[in-house]
Amino acid sequence: MSNIRIRAEANGGKTTVAALITHPMETGLRQDAESGDTIPAHFIKELVCRWKDEIVLNAQWSGGVSQNPYLSFRFHGGEPGDAIEIAWTDNLGQTGAGTATIR
Amino acid sequence: MIDTKRRTLLKGSLSAGALGAAMGAGLLTPGSLLAAWNAGAFSAKDPATALKALLGTDLHEPSDALHIRAPEIAENAAKVRITVETEIEGVKTITIVAPGNQVPLIATFELGDKADAFVVAEIKMAQTGDVVAIAQTADALYSAAKPVQVSEAGC
Repeated sequence: MSNIRIRAEANGGKTTVAALITHPMETGLRQDAESGDTIPAHFIKELVCRWKDEIVLNAQWSGGVSQNPYLSFRFHGGEPGDAIEIAWTDNLGQTGAGTATIR
Repeated sequence: MIDTKRRTLLKGSLSAGALGAAMGAGLLTPGSLLAAWNAGAFSAKDPATALKALLGTDLHEPSDALHIRAPEIAENAAKVRITVETEIEGVKTITIVAPGNQVPLIATFELGDKADAFVVAEIKMAQTGDVVAIAQTADALYSAAKPVQVSEAGC
């Protein structure tokens, strides 16, 4: 139901990571155009990015982050061949994770 | 209560590397890693309340060393790309707020020791107005704002 595409590139001692996560990111504030019913909230609340055993970035989100979230960040270190992992938990308790190899 | 203590312990052991070992074993999910998702901050209807709940204060100082990039006119208000970057030393968290949204607090990023103070995210905007970035150091909050024009609400 969900997947993450991650691109990680090492350059000059730093690694730049870009990720695209498939997720509806419903705020819980929108109404269905036809039925008028409120569309239930369904959004990623927490996300963690790791390189080796180290946490590089933690995030807390609201439903104000766009559908199919894009995220990019940068850190010191990382070499081609190292693994990057991104994992998330949403408000319904669902989780997702993806890994990529630094190029 | 117990849960709170457990989190404190987990946080405390982060630097010691014990957490890294636990993660390597695939035992932990983000939910148990983080200081829990800040329900108070994310339910706040105004930026000041959100910042107080999230960062302990809403006092922030505008800084030219904090850069926020966003389109002047958003083609799609449901997907407005925001880049935040700063030369300020010792930034621990970067937070993105859209004061015109029903839930103004969009995202907060806790930077690990190795992370640059640089994040790119995409956000929804309910109306034309500022997007505000807040960078937190040990001593202070710094802010920068960028107006974004939207033609149709993206929430």
